[in-house]
Amino acid sequence: MDTVLAWLHAPWPWYVSGPLIGLMVPLMLWIGNRSFGISSNLRHMCAMAQPKAIGVDFFQYDWREHSWSLVFALGAVSGGFLAGIVFANPEPIDLSIAALTMFSNWNVPIAGGFLPPVLFDFTWLSVLVMFAGGILVGFGTRYASGCTSGHAITGLSTLQLPSLLAVLGIFAGGLAAAHLVTPHLFSIFW
Amino acid sequence: MKFLPYLLAGLAFGFVMIKSEAASWYRIMEMFYFQSFHMYGIMMSAIATGLSGVLLLKRYGRLLTLDGAAIVIPNKAPGWINYVLGGFIFGLGWGVIGLCPGPIFALVGMGSIGALAALGGALVGTWLYGFVKKRLPH
Repeated sequence: MDTVLAWLHAPWPWYVSGPLIGLMVPLMLWIGNRSFGISSNLRHMCAMAQPKAIGVDFFQYDWREHSWSLVFALGAVSGGFLAGIVFANPEPIDLSIAALTMFSNWNVPIAGGFLPPVLFDFTWLSVLVMFAGGILVGFGTRYASGCTSGHAITGLSTLQLPSLLAVLGIFAGGLAAAHLVTPHLFSIFW
Repeated sequence: MKFLPYLLAGLAFGFVMIKSEAASWYRIMEMFYFQSFHMYGIMMSAIATGLSGVLLLKRYGRLLTLDGAAIVIPNKAPGWINYVLGGFIFGLGWGVIGLCPGPIFALVGMGSIGALAALGGALVGTWLYGFVKKRLPH
């Protein structure tokens, strides 16, 4: 019992968590012929909020047909609560020495291990940066019709060329922002 | 009741997002600076598992699906501009906030105000895309 509990609290190595993420693809197909992906829920949530018969065409459809997907997202929120609060990792995150050195140079504390406190908690900076970054994430994932789950995991697992193109775009954008924007953001704001 | 499998699958997904630390801003920065194999290991083993799982399911899965239907994997629409450009824009956000949509939902469950702000932004971004869609190259 103690071993099980310890295992539920500890972070999982890549060779355990990676295959579990990959299993989502056949699992969703098995459950009901669904393609595994999460970002389309952002569209369904917009469709839910938009009044019928007026507004943007892109959100004029019956979101109820996608209830299963919204339920999946609700599950992901609950899973985050369980894994991050109920079975929280008591140890600090086990980053590489190179990363620890970099964050120390950026003056970013490692507290919590998920988001730096200045981005995780309720500060004007967290709301501003996370909201602005969120706009790019929402816009980009819909423009590309998918995110890391729908393209990098599902798309590449089913050998789709468009997904490979999307993944290349995602990685290029991520490299550009992480190297050219993020370090400066912290030196300016913090 | 018919939604229960999706709730459980989503729960497992959110749980793994946290336990894999794929929902960690620190892990994403570490990945974009090539400082650890962790995230690359996750992506590669996830794709390898997904690929083998789909192949097995296609071959033997017809009798096994919950509703008895054949497995159909829809092809992504052809094109390239929207995939490359949309991916790039998404990546620009990901490289700063360190969260993609799956982790955003998982961190909202952890009570992160930052993640909630990211979710709000992502909804606004999604709506903006719907608003300008017709004027964008696809």
